[in-house]
Amino acid sequence: MAKITMREAISQALWEEMERDPKVFILGEEVGLWGGTYAVTKGFFDHFGAERVRDTPIAEAAIVGAAIGAALTGLRPVAELMTINFAFSAMDHIVNEAAKLHYMFAGQMVLPMVIRAVGGGGRQLGATHSQTPDAVFAHFPGLKVVAPGTPADAKGLLKAAIRSNDPVLFIEHATLYQTRGEVPDGELIVPIGKSKIQRLGRDVTLVTYSKMLEVSMKAAEQLAAEGIEVEIVDLRSLRPLDMDPVLESLKKTNRAVIVEEGWKSYGVGAEIASRIYEEAFDFVDAPIKRVAQAEVPLPYNRTLEQMALPNAADVVKAVKEVL
Amino acid sequence: MDPSPDQKLDMYRLMLLARRLDERAWVLHRQGKIAFHISGIGHEAAQVGAAFAIRRGSDWVTPYYRDLALMLALGMTPAEFLMGLMGKRDEPNSGGRQMPSHWSLRRANAVSHSAPVATQSVHAAGIGLAIKLRGDDKVVLTTIGEGSTSQGEWYEAVNWAAVHRLPVIFIVQNNQYAISVRAEKQMAVQSAADKACGLGLPGIMVDGTDVFAVHRAVKDAVDNARAGNGATVIETRMYRITPHSSDDDDRTYRSREEVEENKRRDPLLLARARLQEEGLLSESQYDEMDTQIKASIEEAVKQAEAAPYPAGEEALHPVYAEEVRHA
Ligand SMILES: Cc1ncc(C[n+]2csc(CCOP(=O)(O)OP(=O)(O)O)c2C)c(N)n1
Ligand SMILES: [Mg+2]
Repeated sequence: MAKITMREAISQALWEEMERDPKVFILGEEVGLWGGTYAVTKGFFDHFGAERVRDTPIAEAAIVGAAIGAALTGLRPVAELMTINFAFSAMDHIVNEAAKLHYMFAGQMVLPMVIRAVGGGGRQLGATHSQTPDAVFAHFPGLKVVAPGTPADAKGLLKAAIRSNDPVLFIEHATLYQTRGEVPDGELIVPIGKSKIQRLGRDVTLVTYSKMLEVSMKAAEQLAAEGIEVEIVDLRSLRPLDMDPVLESLKKTNRAVIVEEGWKSYGVGAEIASRIYEEAFDFVDAPIKRVAQAEVPLPYNRTLEQMALPNAADVVKAVKEVL
Repeated sequence: MDPSPDQKLDMYRLMLLARRLDERAWVLHRQGKIAFHISGIGHEAAQVGAAFAIRRGSDWVTPYYRDLALMLALGMTPAEFLMGLMGKRDEPNSGGRQMPSHWSLRRANAVSHSAPVATQSVHAAGIGLAIKLRGDDKVVLTTIGEGSTSQGEWYEAVNWAAVHRLPVIFIVQNNQYAISVRAEKQMAVQSAADKACGLGLPGIMVDGTDVFAVHRAVKDAVDNARAGNGATVIETRMYRITPHSSDDDDRTYRSREEVEENKRRDPLLLARARLQEEGLLSESQYDEMDTQIKASIEEAVKQAEAAPYPAGEEALHPVYAEEVRHA
C-alpha cells in the first residue's frame, strides 16, 4: 500500500495500461512534449514516443471524433480534453456518435475509448473554464461517466475504463490532483458502476462524489465533533448509477443530503433524490436536501468564486436541517 | 495613406505603454498580487498596426487574450486593465467575473471573449452579417492565435465571411507556438494566410513585428471590406517572447538561445529605430516618453490597488438581462 497523489494514480493507470496493451494510445492538446496540462502524462512522450502520445491540433471535435474512428478499428484511444468545458466543442461526437454507435448499429462494432476531461471550479479560471457539467453527460444512455474522488478509485476506474468496450468519460477534478491517498500495490481494477461507502455513520446519509467527497468528509468531521455521525456514499460512477449502497444506507439513517459541485437544477442531486423517493419513500423521515453551486456562471474573482461554490459549512448546515 | 508623423508617434507610444504595462503585470504576479497574467509581449506591432487601420470606437472588434495593446489602442486605460488583473468590482470587462485579458469593452464595440478559443471568429462573422443587414458603414476586426485556427469554428467563420462577402478582417497572430506546440504541428501549410485561398478570399502574410507594414496591410483590407468587397485573412508573424501565461514554464519545450535570438526582432526595437531614422524620436525624447509612461503606470497601479473588490453577493448577478437596466 503506497500513499500517492491523484495525479500519480491517474498517471500510473495510463502507464500500466500502455505497457500492457500496445493498442492503447493517448491523443490530445499538449499531452506530449508538455506532459499534459495537469502534468499527468509527464515522461510519457519520452518513454512511449510521439506516435502513442500524440499532440493534436487545437480541435476538440476532431480529438473526440478521431478517437471514435481509431476505436472503430480496434485501437483503444485515450483522448484528453484540457478541460471538460471544451467538451462542448466536441458535443456532437460525444453525444450523437460515441454514445449511440453501438446501439444504432445493433452492436456491430464496439467503441473502446476513454475521454479524460478535467472539470470543476475553485482555481479562479472563470466561467468557461470552471464548470462541473457532469450531469449533462450522465444524461445520455450509451456513455459511461465516472468521476473518482480518491487516488485508489482514480487508478482502478481508469484502468477499468481503458479495458471497457464502451466509451467512458473519465472526469478528473482540477483541485484534486495533489490529494493523497492509499493505493493498493499491484493490479487494481475498480468496476465501473459501483458506489462505495466511504464513511460509516448512523444519523444522515450523505451522497456525493469527486471533489465534494473531500468537502463532505471535512463536514463529517465537524459534525462528529458535535456528536452527529453521517454516512458517506461515494457514487464514483454517475452512469451506470449504483443506488444499492445509497438505499441501504438510507434505510438505516432515514435522512439524506446530496452534495454536488455542479448546479442544482436538473443535477445529480435531483436524480438521486427522485430515485430515493421512487424506491424507498417509506424510509424517508425528512425532506431530502441538496447542496450545490449557486445558479450562476462561476466568477473569476476569488471571493465571488468561493461564494458560489458549495463548501463544508453548507454541508453542515444542510445536515442539521434534515435532522 | 501612410500615418502622419504624429500618428506614428502615437502608435509607438501605445506599443511602449502596452509593453511597460505588461512587464508591470508580470511583476505584480511575481509579488503574488494577481493570480494570473497572459502576456502580449512581442505582439504590440501587429495589434497597434491593426487598431490604427480601423475607425476605433465605431468599427467592431472581437479580440483574443493577447490583445492588450489592441485594447489600449481602443481606449482601455491602464488602470482599467490593472483592475481586471486584480478582479476588481469596477473593471470594465466583467466586474471581476471573467479571467483577466478576456476583453469586453462595450464603449469601444469590443465584445465577445470566452475561454474556448475561436468562438470570437464566428461572432465576428455574425457581426459582419448584421452590418450588412443593417446597412452600417462598419467593419469587424477579429484576432486569433495561429494554433486556434485549427479549430473548426475558425474555418466555418472564414467560409461564411467569404460566401457572404462580409466586412470582416481576420487577423491571425502567428507567434509560432500554441502553448508548447509549434505551428507546424497545427497546420501543414506555411502560413495561416494560405488557408484563405481554399476558402475563396484573399490571404495576406505580413511581418507582425513591423507596425507600419501591418497598418498598411490591414488598412487595405479594411478599405476593401468597407467598399463591399468582402473579407480578408491576414497573418501577422511574430514570436511569443514570454511563456504562454503565468502558469507556463517554457523552458521545458524551447531553448533560451531560441528565445534570445528572437528577441532581436522585438517589434519595439524595430519601431523605435524607424522613428529615430525618420527623425521623429531622438534618444532624449524616447527617454522622456518612457519615463512618463512608467510614471503613469505607477499611478494606475495605485489607483487599481485602491479600487474596491466586489462584495460576495455580487456573484449572484446579473445572470439575466432583466436584472440590469439596459439602454
Ligand atoms: C477550445 C479550446 N481548446 C483549448 C484551449 C486551451 N488553450 C488556451 S490558449 C491555447 C493555445 C492557443 O495558441 P494560439 O492560438 O497559437 O494562440 P497564442 O496563445 O499562441 O497567442 C490553448 C490550447 C482553449 N482555451 N479553448
Ligand atoms: Mg500562437
